[in-house]
This record gives sequence, C-alpha cells and structure tokens, in this order.
Amino acid sequence: MLGYLTRRLVQSALILLGVSFITFILLYVLPADPVRQIAGRAATPETVENIRRQLGLDQPFFVQYGRYLWGLVQGDMGRSYLQKTEVTELILSRLPATLLLMLAAITAELLIGLAMGIIAAVWRGRWPDQLLMMASFITVSAPQFVVSLLLLYVFAVQLRWFPIGGYGTFAHLVLPALTLGILGSGWYARMMRSSMIDVLRTDYIRTARAKGLGRARVVLRHALPNAILPVIAMIGIDIGIFMGGIVVVESVFGWPGIGQLAWQAIQRVDIPIIMGVTLVSACAIVLGNLLADLVAPFVDPRIKLR
Amino acid sequence: MSFASEPTVGAALAPTPDPVLRVDGLCVSVRTDAGLKPLVSDLSFALNRGETLAIAGESGSGKSITSLAIMGLLPPPAVHISGGSIHLGAVGLHDLPEHQMRAIRGDRIAMIFQEPMTSLNPVLTVGFQLAEAIRAHQDVSRATARTRAIEALQAVRLSEPARRFDQYPHELSGGMRQRVMIAMALALRPEVLIADEPTTALDVTVQREVLDLLRDLQCDLGTAIILITHDMGVVAEMADRVIVMQNGRMVEQAATRDLFARPTERYTRDLLAAVPRMGQGAARHAPVPAALVASLRDVSVRFGLKGGLLGRTVRNVHAVEAVSFDIRRAETFALVGESGCGKSTIAKAMMGLVDHAGSIAIGDTSLKGLDKQGLKNIRRRVQMVFQDPMAALNPRMRVGDLIAEPLVIHRIGTRETQCARAADLMARVGLTADQYDRYPHEFSGGQRQRICIARALCLNPELIIADESVSALDVSVQARVLDLLATLQREFGVAYLFISHDMAVVENICDRVAVMYLGQIVEMGTKAQVFGNSQHPYTRRLIDAVPVPDPAFVRQPQPRLAGDVPSPVFAIGAGPVRVALTDIGGGHLVAQGSGD
Repeated sequence: MLGYLTRRLVQSALILLGVSFITFILLYVLPADPVRQIAGRAATPETVENIRRQLGLDQPFFVQYGRYLWGLVQGDMGRSYLQKTEVTELILSRLPATLLLMLAAITAELLIGLAMGIIAAVWRGRWPDQLLMMASFITVSAPQFVVSLLLLYVFAVQLRWFPIGGYGTFAHLVLPALTLGILGSGWYARMMRSSMIDVLRTDYIRTARAKGLGRARVVLRHALPNAILPVIAMIGIDIGIFMGGIVVVESVFGWPGIGQLAWQAIQRVDIPIIMGVTLVSACAIVLGNLLADLVAPFVDPRIKLR
Repeated sequence: MSFASEPTVGAALAPTPDPVLRVDGLCVSVRTDAGLKPLVSDLSFALNRGETLAIAGESGSGKSITSLAIMGLLPPPAVHISGGSIHLGAVGLHDLPEHQMRAIRGDRIAMIFQEPMTSLNPVLTVGFQLAEAIRAHQDVSRATARTRAIEALQAVRLSEPARRFDQYPHELSGGMRQRVMIAMALALRPEVLIADEPTTALDVTVQREVLDLLRDLQCDLGTAIILITHDMGVVAEMADRVIVMQNGRMVEQAATRDLFARPTERYTRDLLAAVPRMGQGAARHAPVPAALVASLRDVSVRFGLKGGLLGRTVRNVHAVEAVSFDIRRAETFALVGESGCGKSTIAKAMMGLVDHAGSIAIGDTSLKGLDKQGLKNIRRRVQMVFQDPMAALNPRMRVGDLIAEPLVIHRIGTRETQCARAADLMARVGLTADQYDRYPHEFSGGQRQRICIARALCLNPELIIADESVSALDVSVQARVLDLLATLQREFGVAYLFISHDMAVVENICDRVAVMYLGQIVEMGTKAQVFGNSQHPYTRRLIDAVPVPDPAFVRQPQPRLAGDVPSPVFAIGAGPVRVALTDIGGGHLVAQGSGD
C-alpha cells in the first residue's frame, strides 16, 4: 500500500512537470505579446523593452522555464503581470469557492445521473428507459451557456427562487451547481445504465432473486456496488472535463472562483495566472484519479493495490 | 385437483407417494417476431417428498427453463408460462403474484446453479449473503442469523466455518463456493431443492464430494431434489426417477434402474449409447515405433508474480515443472488432470505462445531461438482446436473463408485452390460445400466444432492439439465428433495431443495417457497400463471419482479428502519437489514416493 502510494505520487509529480512544460511552450509561442498588454498602446519602444527585461521575458526559453520551475518548487508561482499580486495568493483566495462549486456539482451530477441510469436499466426497453435516455442525450449535447442561461431565466428571472448570480449563501450555489450537474449527468446516466444492465444479467443476481429478496434490495444492495465500479473510475477523469465547464459557468453566474480568474487572465494574456490555474487544474485531475483508484478497493474486495 | 398426471411407472418405486410439487401440462413459450415459440410443451410430473427426480436432456431440451418456471424466474417479458399449472402443496405457483412468490422462493423452494464461480456476489462476503437469505424469510436478529449461517457452513463440511463467514467469494475455490451455494439453499430447510447442473463446472474429484454431500444432506433433511443434468453418470448415481426431455417435451419417465435397464424410447436408447463409459474404448492398435512428431524434455513454464516498490518478480507460479513426453505419428496422446494442473499451459508452450525452459522439438526443429518466420512455420505443422467453438470462430466471417484462412495466412495456392481445399475439407468433416457462405451463428455447437477441426486440418499439420475440444458438447454430439477425429486420424495420419479433464472420454479415444498433478506428470503409459493397472494414488482417485452410468454400480466407500490442492506458487529459487518417474515395466512410468 505504501509502495503503491509512493509510486503513484512520483508518477503524479512527473505528470505535473510535463503539464507545466507543455503549457509553458504553448504560452511562449503565443502570438499575443503580454508586454504590449501591460505597457499599453501609447508606450515607447524603450518602455516596452524595459518591461520586457524586468519580467525576464528577453531571456531564452529554457532560462525562463528553469526560473519558473525553481520558483514553483519553492511554492512561488510568480506575480500577476497586471494585478501585481502573488499568483499563489490569488489562486488560494479563489480556490475554496471553486472547490465548493465542484463538490456540489459532482454530488448533483451523481445523484441525477446514477438515479437516471438505474431507473433506465431496471425498466429497460420500456417508457421510463426511453424517456430518460432521450433526456440524457439532450444534456450530453447541450452547450453549457445555453443550459446556464435557461436555468437563470426560469429559476432566477421568472420564478425568482434563486439569486441571479454572486456568492455567499446556499441559494447562490444551487443554480451553478445544477447547471454543471445536469450537463454531466447524461454521461453518468448512460454509463450507469449499460453497466447496470450487464450486472442485472449475471448469475449472482439470479441467485439473489432465488433467495427471495425484493427487487429494491436486489438492485440496490447486490447490483449497485458492482455496477458502480466503472463509474468511480469515470469520476476521476470527469474532474478534467469539469474544469472546462467551470470557466464558463463561473463567468455566467459571477462565481468568484479560479475559472473566472482564468477567464480574465486569458483575455489579458496574464501568463503567470494562466500557468498557475492550469497547474492547479492538473493537480485536481491527478488527485481525482488517484482518489478514485484508492476508493475502488473499498467497493470491490478483489482489487488489490500494489 | 387432478391426479391424472401421476407417473405410472415411478410412483410405485418412489419412497413415499406424497407429492410435494406437481407440474401439470406445463407449457412455456417465448415471444419472438414470428409469434409464440414453445420452449416446454405439455410437461407433467410429480415430485415426492424426499425423492430425487432427475430431468435429463441435452442443450435446448427445456430442462433449465422448466426449473426457472418453477422458481418464477423466467426472464421477463419475452418468456412466460403459457399453459398448465405448477402446485407446491396446495399453492399454485404458475399464477402467483410476485410478492407472494418471493416469500416462497428461497424458503420453500431453493435453487443452486451450474456456475459456482459467478453465482455468488463478488463484493459481498459469503456470510452476508448467507445471513441475508435467512433474514429474508425469518424475523431473526443479525446475531442469530450469523450463528445459523455458520451452522449451515458447517453442515456442508467447510473447514473453519467462522472464518469463511467473513471471506469473499474470490477467496474460495470452485468446490467451496458450490458448498456455500448449497448451504444457502438448505439453510432454511426448503421442501424442494432444484439443482441445475450443480457439478458440471467442477473438477471430477470435487464433483464426487459435492454429490456425496448433496445425498447426505438429503438423507438428513428429507428434501426433495430436482436434479437437472446432462450427465447420465450423475443421473445413475443420484436419482430415484428420471425424466428424459428433448426439444421441450418429455420423452420418457421411469425409475432410474428401469430406464437404464430397459429404455423404451429410441431417443433414450441413443442418449444412453452415446455416454462414454470407462472400459469401453475400442482396442486400439499397439503403438508401433513411428516417426516423432513432438518431443518434450524437462519442460518447465513459470509465470512471475510481480510485487514490491519496483514491480519486480517476487514469486513464481510453477505452472509446468520438468515435463517430458513424446508424441508419435498418427497416435493420440492424452493429457488429463484437473483445472490448474498445467495441461493447457503445455499446449501453449508447444505453440510457442509462452516462454519455457527445457526443450520442445516439433519433428526435428527445436522451438528454442526461433524467429518470427520460424515460429510461423512451426504453426503450420501444429494446429489447435479449442473448447468453445463459438468463441474460436470470427462471427463476421463466412465459414468457408474461416476454413481457408490458414492458407491465406501462409500464402499457399491461389484463391481458387484455397476455396476448393475448404470445400473439400467441409465434406470430410461432415458439412456440405453449399454451406460455404454461411456464418458461424447459423450452425449448431457440434457443427461449429467440425468447422474448427476442418480449419485445423487445412494446412495438413502433423499434430493437432485438441484442448478440451469436446467438453462443451452434448454427449450425442460429443460421440460423433470423437468418431470424426478417429476417422480423420486414419485418413490423414495426424497425431493428436488430446487435453481433457474427462477420464471417460480420454479412455475412449487415446493410445497413451499422461496424468498431470500440480504441473508434473505423475503417471504415464499406454491406455491399458494407466487405466487397467493404475499405480499412482492420484490416477486412481481420478478414475474412481467418475460417475458411473449404471444404477446397479456399487461405489466403494472412499476416504474423504481434506483441504484443497496445494499452491503452485513459490518464492524465487524455491520450487516444488520434483517427482521421479520410474518405469514399472513396458514403458509404464509412475511417480514414486510423493503420493499425495
């Protein structure tokens, strides 16, 4: 177990190193010049060169990357070009909001998706199945901004159940979490359905029924733990997809998380912030996958980590 | 209530004429696009208290569907009872609402299934599943259920029942899992136990133990058993009465002794004739010293188990340990043994599919150090036929193309000659050339195995490795495929390496046999030597365990064996004790000293 954990953590560190390298290259070759953004249109060429030298952007690529890495291992992600604040500080101040949204969204997604998948599988081929699979198809293919605007219009503008945007209370959390949850639930519904159908066909389900157990117990106690295994692995991967959605949803609902931060930074070519947010997202994905793998043995005793 | 369906022959011989379960004119149908298709038609029988009734038949005879109909577990909505009645005592099961049926299932009628490996939920402990069955029908506390579950595990003679209670199914062997299933089924003392092929997936010695256990428990509890099986040996040993089914209809119903002694129906006679019996194999020609086809010397195969921080091999599975034998032209050499003894691994090593130590030579070519082309040439001379023909045939290829494919792979001949060769082979294995363009799913199991045999013959190999090739087939089909193999051997002079767990089949087809146990050969010789004069205790145990299709046969009481087969896993550098084979005359080799 300890050996497994050590190996996985070393792997994770290597993955993050790779991510930082690739992101750094992409931002280096970007045609937009951050110095121009900082200096403004009216700046003289001397000022521009001065700023460039100050930021160390006149150095060769590997020197820049090396300096960045050296900072990174010391916990320093540099300063924002425009806000002049420490990137670490900026991200840390906004991370709790994003984590809260993510947790709420994943919970919503799982509750909606798994329930849909289980119901569809149990009534396979009949109207609940057909209805739910059509619904899941719509959620899978709907764009994020359409769903968020639709929910905003119905529940915030017309019904006035929830605030239109902002941060602070549980009511603020509902709509953005629901948007992300509905969007993600379609994948889970489809995955859960096919996994559940496979499990419901197995011999041990027949055994459970032959014991005289009721349908609810057969499905929830005997089939569900087996059917949920592939779904757990999916949650780890899903965090990556989530990060993309969070940028849009946080902007629409004015949620002060790192998605919004990233969105503003991209518009202004604020490279240290973009780097920082990318690395934090990569961290979340890597940790999410690790967590999913660590949970699996608790559900399936046949899985041994080594 | 009508008693018109009381069996006329069986009733007189039944222990007590007191029917606990009555089936009258049962019809089960499946809804298809072409309308209702009957699976079981007009089946009537009565099951008396404490008796064992066997329902025997080949695949598709409707025997399993009958059992599912009694349990109310027919797969909805397509399959349903379309006529007749099933009565358990005074309760009609055929139209009972699901919630009432649920109260009967597991409590008054219990069932055990064929596949012990998959019949228990892998993520729940054995004890949980057992206690759950008790608590589903009786309002008892968790602690009481646990005590009763442990008692049930004890009753099926599992060692350390209290520890087993907290174990997961994957920690138990197949035989142990089937005992757990039996414990679960009998914990509530049901009136009727339906056992659907309860020992088919088990090794022969384990089958013996499970059958003994079932019979002992029946004596203690007085449960009536419906035993569903295709194995007439099991029928003869277990059943008081037999129903023979074919295509969903009852062909014959009689007391077991009468049925075996005087089968009245033609189908029953054919079925009984097709059953392989020990000691019935035709006297084969004495092996003349012919050219060597394959020769193995001290072949060992090990699989590494990885572990530790760096993922290095820490232990080895000794799958095959220092095995030596020769196969000569046109002879049938059989490898027998129970699952995990290494017989299939030898086949893989001979095809160059796994690495081995020692030397394997096909003809005069050694497998050591062969490059890709060399291995390809070897595979032209050695072909394989596997157990499951459906899985071995690509479902999207026409059978003619499947048979001709080896020629395409080895670039032999033109398209026309390849087709002609395939058509010729189809005729030789009993298919017709006009079936060339059909797909595998359009054939029956036996026909599919013929296709596999034709494909194996396509390159004129010197050796065909038949790995459990007839094990999945019905007995009547099995007999015909074995005949075909013998005919083809005379025609083509091909040698067979016949790998099987079925002693009766092996005894019927082979010239020479090697008995394997834990990766080593413990006895080897001609058929007469090994079967007629078996020396090693393991060989005798295997032979004695085979169910005998003769109700008059009296089995000698066997010492009950404790524990499981020892593990073949060893630390690096360590290994099993190698047995030394000694010639006790005429090339009859027997392992000395280490009798298990």
